[in-house]
Amino acid sequence: MTRHYSAFSLLKEGLASQKGWMKAWESPEPKPRYDMVIVGGGGHGLATAYYLAKRHGITDVAVVEKGWLGGGNTGRNTTVVRSNYFFPESVRLYDMALKLYEGLSRELNYNIMLSQRGMISLAHTPAEMEMAARVVNAMQINGTDAELFGPEDVKRVLPIYNFGPKARYPALGGVWQGRSGTARHDAVAWGYARAASRLGVHILQRCEVTEFLVEGGRCRGVVTSRGTIRAEKVGLAVAGHSSQMAAKAGFRLPITSYALQACVSEPVKPILDTVVLSPGAGTYASQSDKGEMVVGGGLDRIPSYGQRGNLPVLETVLSGLVEMFPAFRQLNLMRQWAGIVDVVPDSSPILGESPLPGLYLNCGWGTGGFKAIPAGGVLLAHLMATGQHHDISRPFDLDRFMTGRLIDEAAGSGIAH
Amino acid sequence: MTARRLPQGGEIDRSRPLSFTFDGRPVQGFHGDTLASALLASGERILGRSFKYRRPRGLWGAGTEEPNVYADVTDGSRFRPNLRVTLEPARDGLALRSANTSPSARADRTGFLDLFARFLPSAFYYKTFFRPNWHFYEPAIRRMAGLGRINTAAHPAPDGDQLNHHCDAVVVGAGPVGIVAALALARAGESVVLADDGSRIGGSLLFRAARIDGQAGADWLAGAEAELARLGVTVLPRTTAFGVYDHGVIALNQRRDDGPDRLWRVRPRRIVLAAGAIERPLPFDANDLPGVMSAQAALSYLRRQAVLPGQRIVIATNNSSTDEVAAAMAAAGAGVTVIDARKGQQVARALGRREVTGVVLEDGTRIGCDCVLVSGGFAATIHLHAQAKGRLHWDDRRLSFVPEAPLPGLVTVGAAAGHFSLAEAFAALPAALGLAGAPVAETAPYDVTPVWPRPEQKGRVWIDLQHDVTAKDVELAARENMVSVEHLKRYTTLGMATDQGKTSNLAGLALMGQLTGRSIPEVGTTTYRPPFAPVPYTSLAGLRGGPRMNPVRRLACDGRHRAEGACFGDYGGWLRPAHYGTDESAILAEAKMARASVGLFDASPLGKIEVIGPDAATFLDFIHYNTVSTLKPGHCRYGFILAESGVVYDDGVLVRLDDHRFVVSCSSAHVAGVHGLLEEWRQDRFPAARIAIHDATAETATLTVSGPKARETLAAAGINADLSDAAFPHMTVRWHGHGEGALRLTRVSFTGDRSYEVSVRQDLAPALWDRLVAAARDQGGGPIGIEALMILRAEKGFIVIGKDTDGMTRPMDLGVSGPLAAKKVDFLGRRSLHTQEAQRADRNQLVGLVPADGLGPLPVGAHGIDLSAATPRSIGYVTSSHPGAAVGHPIALGLIERGATRHGQEITLHHLGKRRRATICPPCFLDPKGERLHA
Amino acid sequence: MQIFSCPFCGPRPEPEFHFGGDLGNDRPGPDCTAEAWAEYLHFRNNPRGTAEEIWLHVPCGELFAMRRDTVTMAADPGRALGGQP
Repeated sequence: MTRHYSAFSLLKEGLASQKGWMKAWESPEPKPRYDMVIVGGGGHGLATAYYLAKRHGITDVAVVEKGWLGGGNTGRNTTVVRSNYFFPESVRLYDMALKLYEGLSRELNYNIMLSQRGMISLAHTPAEMEMAARVVNAMQINGTDAELFGPEDVKRVLPIYNFGPKARYPALGGVWQGRSGTARHDAVAWGYARAASRLGVHILQRCEVTEFLVEGGRCRGVVTSRGTIRAEKVGLAVAGHSSQMAAKAGFRLPITSYALQACVSEPVKPILDTVVLSPGAGTYASQSDKGEMVVGGGLDRIPSYGQRGNLPVLETVLSGLVEMFPAFRQLNLMRQWAGIVDVVPDSSPILGESPLPGLYLNCGWGTGGFKAIPAGGVLLAHLMATGQHHDISRPFDLDRFMTGRLIDEAAGSGIAH
Repeated sequence: MTARRLPQGGEIDRSRPLSFTFDGRPVQGFHGDTLASALLASGERILGRSFKYRRPRGLWGAGTEEPNVYADVTDGSRFRPNLRVTLEPARDGLALRSANTSPSARADRTGFLDLFARFLPSAFYYKTFFRPNWHFYEPAIRRMAGLGRINTAAHPAPDGDQLNHHCDAVVVGAGPVGIVAALALARAGESVVLADDGSRIGGSLLFRAARIDGQAGADWLAGAEAELARLGVTVLPRTTAFGVYDHGVIALNQRRDDGPDRLWRVRPRRIVLAAGAIERPLPFDANDLPGVMSAQAALSYLRRQAVLPGQRIVIATNNSSTDEVAAAMAAAGAGVTVIDARKGQQVARALGRREVTGVVLEDGTRIGCDCVLVSGGFAATIHLHAQAKGRLHWDDRRLSFVPEAPLPGLVTVGAAAGHFSLAEAFAALPAALGLAGAPVAETAPYDVTPVWPRPEQKGRVWIDLQHDVTAKDVELAARENMVSVEHLKRYTTLGMATDQGKTSNLAGLALMGQLTGRSIPEVGTTTYRPPFAPVPYTSLAGLRGGPRMNPVRRLACDGRHRAEGACFGDYGGWLRPAHYGTDESAILAEAKMARASVGLFDASPLGKIEVIGPDAATFLDFIHYNTVSTLKPGHCRYGFILAESGVVYDDGVLVRLDDHRFVVSCSSAHVAGVHGLLEEWRQDRFPAARIAIHDATAETATLTVSGPKARETLAAAGINADLSDAAFPHMTVRWHGHGEGALRLTRVSFTGDRSYEVSVRQDLAPALWDRLVAAARDQGGGPIGIEALMILRAEKGFIVIGKDTDGMTRPMDLGVSGPLAAKKVDFLGRRSLHTQEAQRADRNQLVGLVPADGLGPLPVGAHGIDLSAATPRSIGYVTSSHPGAAVGHPIALGLIERGATRHGQEITLHHLGKRRRATICPPCFLDPKGERLHA
Repeated sequence: MQIFSCPFCGPRPEPEFHFGGDLGNDRPGPDCTAEAWAEYLHFRNNPRGTAEEIWLHVPCGELFAMRRDTVTMAADPGRALGGQP
């Protein structure tokens, strides 16, 4: 049986008609009790389970997922990873994730196809360039890589950008982070699931939480479609469904759920070698390793759990894209979809114990959860294992809404989030 | 050469030959051919290469479901990659290049990859490429991937057209059932749009024999077309209905010969889905060889374009639809052998290396052939029903998913509802659409037996042709526990190609069901999403580009500024003069001129929102941080509006015209926001009869005259007002008649000099500008742009919201804490000023900054850094920076931690890896007593 | 392109509307607790299913109440808010 992935194992199994590959993860029957239960089988939930087992030796863990693992936002995002944020708290958080991503394929023995091809956030006016300088300096001081690009630099990384005299969004430059890029989203979910499963974590799919077990004012487990499961502690990593789960536990969150659309074009030969964002045009894009243009933009600003958006936003996003890249007018839209994103007023996540003791929150990532998966996992695992915040997660506790100490990325960077 | 063109028959016009090239070789055809039919007739079999293993591939189908043959097409100066040759009409002079082949489909150099296929199963890339890392392998893999190639040298594709349309009904699919539905609805008086993705309407009537109400299909069709025209039905051929969206919108993409594609957004009262069904392949070893084709597609090529696909044809089938195909091929002169699964016969393997040369049956019999026509059954085209969240039901008799029930406003009929026999489809119409009757067709009932890929089936049984997914890949997915239909799809990439699994999804999930002990409905389908078929970006982008995208607004005096040689910039969505003349040195010169004599500045985008009514003062006391009710009529007061979070949302001068009339001036970038905020609170807390709000910004132009010679300039421009300081003190407002319209003079200063804002109705502004600019020049002054203004206001420390404040700046950070203590009533954001955060001692505060290193102006965006800690820490940043105009040194403003208590301290700044030194000082560099206001 | 019905202007396309938060999120007085203020300022119902919301129709500037389903996207016609005449 081949358990380990490698070129050699592909060779071996190629000669054995692929018969020896093991299951990527087991599908065990739920036990009535685990030390810890994580609600949500997306990237954050699976990573949490992995790090609980790997870093804290807590292996009696169940990840409970109402659908199929990785089927929520983790399977729907546009795969960008970056840490080009303004506040030191944010840079520490997202850079922790980026650094973990850098070693993740080897750690999980699963090729997540991390492609650090760089990302440019464009500035189109002198005022935007001033903001870009402010962000670049913040990033440099906070210890991550950043460069302020000028027009010649943009030409170098985006030769097909619209530099014509009538361009609506001339590229004066922008914020460049070389270590940014993309990673294969499904592989991140599957890699964590496989590694966690190998360490003994139970992944329970098609297992929907209907209620929380509350005894003596503490969360003591969950009631699911596959039975009641008790636990010492429960973690919640359900992104756009966080408010729904919170309501079951008797509290509210500063979250509004919206549809975030994304789409892919038919694949073409390589033509875009970096990730590009234009806040002005309202569009961002990268080209997948398969050749598809992966494109996204702003939210459909109508609260929604529908996992679908409508034409006005799609048309806005694609018109912004072809305005930036006239050559893309030759492309066809192949498929469009949406996720449900949990948007928080300061565009920063929520990590910490919830108002219900024993229930721990990892949510509020809004449109930017994928890039943070490894950090979200490490931090929620730390929280649940030790009962204490990690230094990096403390600023993101829910209590910041009481004190007013928001980490308002849009406010600091001047870039709408 | 086994396929050939028959001398007679078909829709083609043999008197109009044409020719195009494919991979550099000429192909002959006729008007009425598609690119595919002409290629087929040419006898060229190998027309593409598969995505992963580069296996030779030929045409499978005749429509949108085609998985194999894509080409980049050059048409004069126009270029389109990834075209489906089955849908494109053949035209003279086109140059086709098969997608993802090198140098051609026939002779692709990478065909050797197939030899290593066993080492490259589905998802192999997740299991390797660890050392050194993915980056090492990625460039080569990327170059191998992708289909067509964008041609950056081609002329940009023209804008797509877009159209909104309302009607009673949209009928998707103009086959016989769709046509009957459209006729019935139109006869009942409904407005109908009938769309079909074929070049002509008719659907199966174009190539399948039928008798409808006793008439031959072709004759019936001709009559129907005439009646559709008479009834005014909007008939849209070459149009794909690709998406159904919330609230009943259906989107269609119309391809046109005489222009770019057109997007139709239609809002019908009902949708009739008559989109037919798609034939699927049969599973056998090497079922992807060129020469293996869809039986229905072959019949279409034969009857429509007179192309006989082979001389010795094997028909492999499991259903009754191929009876007609066999008869037609035989009648055209081919030798035909039928292998019918309903009779227990199945093909086990296709023979041949680069094209099919024969088949081997399950029982070992060998049959030589040059063409295999395949029918594995039909899948109802239910995509739009499923997109609309309609549920599906697995029809075990017809072996297709069909709509479980109609949706409100969306009913499915015909083959799309699983009625694969025309007679049955017509018979079901009256109930489905509420009709009195329907035509009668004479067709045999549909009969099918299941043939799905089997576990352990021998050989390479292709399931997804475009993504090179075989039955063994599905087995591998099951073995690795990727058993949900969504995991199966993502792991193997089955159904993720440009054909979105139209010919492959069902076979894959049927096999997965067998491997995991589940029925087909238990495995289920993946989510159906738009678009049904690829849609050009240009259709969705429409005309929204260039200057029509987020259009920049122009000033009423735009023409005057251009005449003055203004250099324009986009400021907050307005096109405004940055400076006059081409040289940036004009900026400092303009600022100095304004300090010395007078500067004329177009301040029209400045917000002017009128708040009127008996409760206006009370209302504005609630809105503003400052106290408003004590403001006397005729006076002005500078203040803030806070967000409820306590952050300074906007600043501006509030003008009280009389007891019940105020003008809220707000920064030009926030006018809509402030107006919205005012309206929201008015509606929430005050009766409509007591307050009215009117945004007069766009209708009012404002020209500012600033400088020691401001009064002389106004007088010389014909503004006959008493401009003495006694009659018109600073921070007061006066009205005057001026020519045709009233003119409002507000004496406020953003420059620190004597300054008057002159507001008139915007159409009167250019004439006023002419008078003012002439008068200013007489005084030794002239027009100044926004960049000069920025220097003047910075010398005084006057902030620009959003530049010198960030989304966290509260009033106390700007040195203003008076009103919080003194004001008695509640106001927006008040509670937030008492939070822990707002009261923090180490907040960033507005300061002035002067370079301490003699290296010129400080860079905007540079951060102050605290070097005392182990790792450097930001203590704030430079927000504005300019050379001094009246001040003899560079000046800057910034938000620095505890800045207000650090005046005189020197700090280090970090900018792009370099260091600067600056001294903190009060944020006012000139005339702190304000004497220049009365100069 | 969804259609919402402004109680004053009738059915209009979705880009003309702006979401205004939960219906019934009444503003507490200035002496409320930090928790009460945070609840008002930041915390939301965010229901999955039936939602009672405030919407703004931007062209006419009127705020109104609308019941919507956040899963099916069905929307009732907007209702004028109370308010004194």
